[in-house]
Amino acid sequence: MLVLWALLFILALSATGFFLGRQRALSLVNGDQRNLHSMPKYYGSNVALKALVPAALLLVVWSIAQPLYVNYSISSSIPESAVSETSSLGLLMAEVRRVADGLDSTVAQGTISDELARDPNADLNSITEGFKSAGQILTSEITRPMLQAAQSYRSMRRDGRFYMIIAVVALSLLGLIWGIRETQPRFRARNVVENGLKVLLISAASIAILTTIGIVLSLIFNTYEFFTLYPASDFFFGTSWAPSFSGRGGSSDLGILPLLWGTLYISLVALVVAVPIGLFAAIYLSEYAGPQLRAMAKPMLEVLAGIPTIVYGLFALLTVGPLLLAVFGDEGVGIMQAGTAVMTAGLVMGIMLIPFVSSLSDDIINAVPQSMRDGSYALGATQSETIKKVVLPAALPGIVGAILLAASRAIGETMIVVLGAGAAARMSLNPFEAMTTVTAKIVSQLTGDADFSSPEALVAFALGMTLFVITLGLNIIALYIVRKYREQYE
Amino acid sequence: MKMDSNKIYKSEAATSHLPGMLHEAAKPKMRGENVNVFYGEKQALFDVNLDIGANEVTALIGPSGCGKSTFLRCLNRMNDTIDICRVTGKITLDDDDIYDPKIDVVELRARVGMVFQKPNPFPKSIFENVAYGPRIHGLSRNKTDLEEIVVTSLRRAGLFQEVKDRMHQPGTGLSGGQQQRLCIARAIAVSPEVILMDEPCSALDPIATATVEELIDELRENYTIVIVTHSMQQAARVSQKTAFFHLGNLVEHGDTDEIFQNPREERTKNYITGRIG
Repeated sequence: MLVLWALLFILALSATGFFLGRQRALSLVNGDQRNLHSMPKYYGSNVALKALVPAALLLVVWSIAQPLYVNYSISSSIPESAVSETSSLGLLMAEVRRVADGLDSTVAQGTISDELARDPNADLNSITEGFKSAGQILTSEITRPMLQAAQSYRSMRRDGRFYMIIAVVALSLLGLIWGIRETQPRFRARNVVENGLKVLLISAASIAILTTIGIVLSLIFNTYEFFTLYPASDFFFGTSWAPSFSGRGGSSDLGILPLLWGTLYISLVALVVAVPIGLFAAIYLSEYAGPQLRAMAKPMLEVLAGIPTIVYGLFALLTVGPLLLAVFGDEGVGIMQAGTAVMTAGLVMGIMLIPFVSSLSDDIINAVPQSMRDGSYALGATQSETIKKVVLPAALPGIVGAILLAASRAIGETMIVVLGAGAAARMSLNPFEAMTTVTAKIVSQLTGDADFSSPEALVAFALGMTLFVITLGLNIIALYIVRKYREQYE
Repeated sequence: MKMDSNKIYKSEAATSHLPGMLHEAAKPKMRGENVNVFYGEKQALFDVNLDIGANEVTALIGPSGCGKSTFLRCLNRMNDTIDICRVTGKITLDDDDIYDPKIDVVELRARVGMVFQKPNPFPKSIFENVAYGPRIHGLSRNKTDLEEIVVTSLRRAGLFQEVKDRMHQPGTGLSGGQQQRLCIARAIAVSPEVILMDEPCSALDPIATATVEELIDELRENYTIVIVTHSMQQAARVSQKTAFFHLGNLVEHGDTDEIFQNPREERTKNYITGRIG
């Protein structure tokens, strides 16, 4: 709560700084802004930035660093004897934090006085009683070391916050004063603000990149942990997927091949559906359709891209599956046992990918210069000859790129396969059998109570990592091809 | 209607056959009668009447936006690719109305080829660029036949010596002037009767321009050529007939020497001396 107030305070200070800076700049030149290096608003912005940015940065860094420091110093102060009673230091620290939070809220509710909560020799029973009457739930009994640790945790946290606020406010004020002192007619406020904006934009971009790196690193670490528990060769080359339920012991078969097979098979079906339809739709829209039809049809096709994939999943489960079953099931051809199958998921995923393929291909076909078409028409070629022999070959690399991007979407797709493809991991050639994919299994391995130290849960990271590498590879190839195509017409 | 005009023409030709050669030379290959062109609401050409003589080079000159390119594109119906474009009047090729609904546009364009302002070779090999037209029209019986057409066309376009060792490299890798000659070879390969050229040298340097101009002069022997140009000197150098367009009207046309040395109209005189344009 106090952090929020501090933030509001520095924001207000920075806003004040804007007006002060502008005012000062104007008054220095007696209101004639022609004698200033920059427009008055830049002097204001300079002061505002100086008051806001360093203080806000300090606030962020401190908020991240303080819990780490407090945790570290408390856990090193806990005596060895207290640790051995419970299973691990980590668990004990969690308990300490819970007690500290409990103390905070019981004091706030008034069931325990602040003095009692701070007293290191307080009666353990009265504390426990206070907790109970305040509705605080404790998982284990409060011990003396635990209470003392919680009390010092509380006080360190409170002191830390107090100092943080002081430091942040002081820094903000300092910045304000610095900015105002800088405000002289010859000061290049415009350039400073320009640099400030550049830094802002750079930091936005780096946050995106750093997050990606963070995600990849967490994948890598957890994958590594998985491979210390489960042999990599069994994972990559195992043909059986049979995880035992965690907690019950027993060995699990965690081979990725059946999942990978399901993924690739469903993606293949999806692409067989999406590529011809999407490509033909794109050719029609870009070459044949009149401008009015095009203006109407293109957005309508792109609406398909806006439908959430879970809705496609429902469509697969409730419409396409039963429909296929009626034709290919026991009452029809007799090669389909249930509504969930590779075909169901593949068809629906194909429909999902149509706008993806058509929209990208349409852009690429439109990028083929009109002079190519004119050249072909002038030789007496018909429209379809022109498309087949000139436009498509010229657009082919881009279209291949679009297809690869669609493929990587198909491989990473989750909701449709969870609902439409079934849950059985098997390697079969019959597209009317239920199979499952890497993504669907990641979902099923992590739903419910997952114990993140067991290979059954950690395998999700290895699966995710494998998918990531595959789709990353596909994307890189696709981007490479698309870029190569672009160079051709520049 | 078409049949009638044919008959009339033939009877005329029959009655005045005596001067023979002289009359044959005067028989126009293409003829525009009262051609009006509209882009949507805007009229781009007004009642143009122009004869294009066989085995001659006819130059269309005039300031930008005067309608000369529009007229050129009417001659092989390239304007059809523009949705809002509408053409009225009559344009004939050997007395056949090319805007007759019964006319096959694809066949017309094989008879009336076109070379564009900016060289536009297909992103294919040099060989495939030239072979494109013969292939889609089935002009060759076998592979050797096709190769012969390609070589002959390249030779006529004066490009064969320069590219004979790299026939299977991309046509886009040639220099601008070579690309334009490749486009001419491509147009020749379908054995057109008329070749339309829309400012064929405007994207080329002076040396490449001179080569292409020489080529145009040689091609006159076998083809009827219509060329749109912004360069008065070029029109004077390569053409036998010149037509001057201004603001969508055909102001004056006649022998090139006549137009440049002794223009009848004040506007023509002003344009060729550089006072308007």
